[in-house]
Amino acid sequence: MHALHDYIVAPFVEFAFMQRALVGALMLSASACPVGVFLMLRRMSLMGDAMAHAILPGAAVGFLFYGLQIVPMTLGGLGAGVVVALGAGAVSRLTIQKEDASMAAFYLISLALGVLIVSLRGSNIDLMHVLFGTVLALNDEALVLIGAIAAITLAALVVFWRALVAECLDPLFLRSVSRLGPPVHFVFLALVVLNLVGGFQALGTLLSVGLMMLPAAAARFWASRVEPMCLLAALFGAASCICGLLLSYHASLPSGPAIILSAGAIYLLSIIAGTRGVLATRVRHISHRTA
Amino acid sequence: MSRMLKLAAAVSAMTLFPAMLATASAENLKVVASFSIIADFAKNVGGDRVDITTLVGPNGDAHVYEPKPADAAAVAAADVVLVNGLQLEGFLQRLVEASGTKAPIVELSKGGEVLKIADEPHPHEEDDDDDHAAGEAGHAEGGQHAHEEGHHHHGEYDPHAWQSVRNAEVYVKNIADAFCAADAAGCDGYRANADAYGRKLGALDAEIRAAIAGIPADKRSIITSHDAFGYFEHDYGLAFLAPEGVSTESEASAADVAALIRQIRDDKASAIFVENITNPRLIEQIAGETGLKVGGELYSDALSDAGGPAATYIDMMRHNVATIKGAILGS
Repeated sequence: MHALHDYIVAPFVEFAFMQRALVGALMLSASACPVGVFLMLRRMSLMGDAMAHAILPGAAVGFLFYGLQIVPMTLGGLGAGVVVALGAGAVSRLTIQKEDASMAAFYLISLALGVLIVSLRGSNIDLMHVLFGTVLALNDEALVLIGAIAAITLAALVVFWRALVAECLDPLFLRSVSRLGPPVHFVFLALVVLNLVGGFQALGTLLSVGLMMLPAAAARFWASRVEPMCLLAALFGAASCICGLLLSYHASLPSGPAIILSAGAIYLLSIIAGTRGVLATRVRHISHRTA
Repeated sequence: MSRMLKLAAAVSAMTLFPAMLATASAENLKVVASFSIIADFAKNVGGDRVDITTLVGPNGDAHVYEPKPADAAAVAAADVVLVNGLQLEGFLQRLVEASGTKAPIVELSKGGEVLKIADEPHPHEEDDDDDHAAGEAGHAEGGQHAHEEGHHHHGEYDPHAWQSVRNAEVYVKNIADAFCAADAAGCDGYRANADAYGRKLGALDAEIRAAIAGIPADKRSIITSHDAFGYFEHDYGLAFLAPEGVSTESEASAADVAALIRQIRDDKASAIFVENITNPRLIEQIAGETGLKVGGELYSDALSDAGGPAATYIDMMRHNVATIKGAILGS
């Protein structure tokens, strides 16, 4: 029992940076994972990766005017991300083009613009690398930012829940019964951007999408209704954050990859052992045939 | 050793562009330097006879640089390309191939004392071992792993050889040899400049040793953000600990950060610094947690702007030593 305490609790008690990492990661799981579930249900799972690039010009503008300051660069990135997400959403709503194509177009324009702006300044420090640190280096600003994002996200989810579910599962139905469709879609896209920028603070641009999508994808193998799926995704996210941090602490692994690989392990397990996973459906299938 | 170098430089110059020997000297020698510190050396050796183009400018990070077309054009038009070697400039090989340049690529670290990353002496290794004994049964293998990570990125040698002033003298000799091979008419001038600058470097070396000697032996452990000071550590007997590996691209693990914090708590590390090319947040986090004040900014892989405290190599080394000493003695 004592050994277990040493293994799991002691690192968080001894080191403030571990507590901060835990608090930041848990807040992030609570807000990003449910958003990930909706992204997955809308078949936009890869949008996060596109957004990670789309925020570059905003961050670069912040860098041009204020130098290497976290807050202006983050706000700039947020702005660029929202513009790209809303632009892509508007095109998909108002024209015949689908969201995947418009998103690709907008994020590529944005990325090229970002590279251009960074080059204007002449410095070649990897902006994304400098801007978005690791979960081990969450300072007060980053924690407040993540906390605010989590609060806004959860509030928005509660307020727009029914509309979001309808919009994700049956947009035509929502359009036929209410004029809320387009606004809800834009609110949702804004939430995605918010959570990604929050995630970038903790996990960097490469891996933050992982915390959003992997727990959601895993939860899909256990639940069929949206509410339990969101709860489960948040739980999986929290579990992989705790596992990843402990792994990083005890096995001396880089913290970001450790967290995402923990989420990956949960996902792989869920594919096999989930109530809607391979084993369960196979067994049901076979029993049907023999019966 | 240096005779072999001269021979090698001469041979490479003769085989690579025999026509140059005849045509050069009408106008200035066109030199491309891979990053700001090398450009500073080249300026001191070449004086007015060379035009220098720097690929990775002040405050830039050569670990992750992406070349621009203008860089390829500069390399293509160059008479001499000066690089650090030891796989610091990961972008370089492809840039050289793409530019189709005929200029000799001179690796300045050749002939200097080169440290293997794995064999690098670790004055803090005992400290790690202490942690193994005191901490939770051998889980804190922090430092070693970080080194291995950098190892994969960079090959087996630590590329930051210029952090030893003795190696800087080798760099300068290599530059003079390369310039002589490319521009025989200016050779005497280059040699004279190199000798004069070499004497300044010799004085700098003595100055640094004297400054470090003024720091009590048990206080000579400090923390920086990435492992760029292996050579400084080796030559001058200061121990540098870092949460990131040798490359700025690797990521820290919680074990590394925890090990550093324990060392500060046990009073084994007496100062902590940020670098001009890396994210300061991790260092600030460690500083905040231990109550150690960030002692200032060190310059490792790039010079500062002309107005900054480290506009030249000599200024950079002086600034680093003064900053380190001030922070340690002030703590």
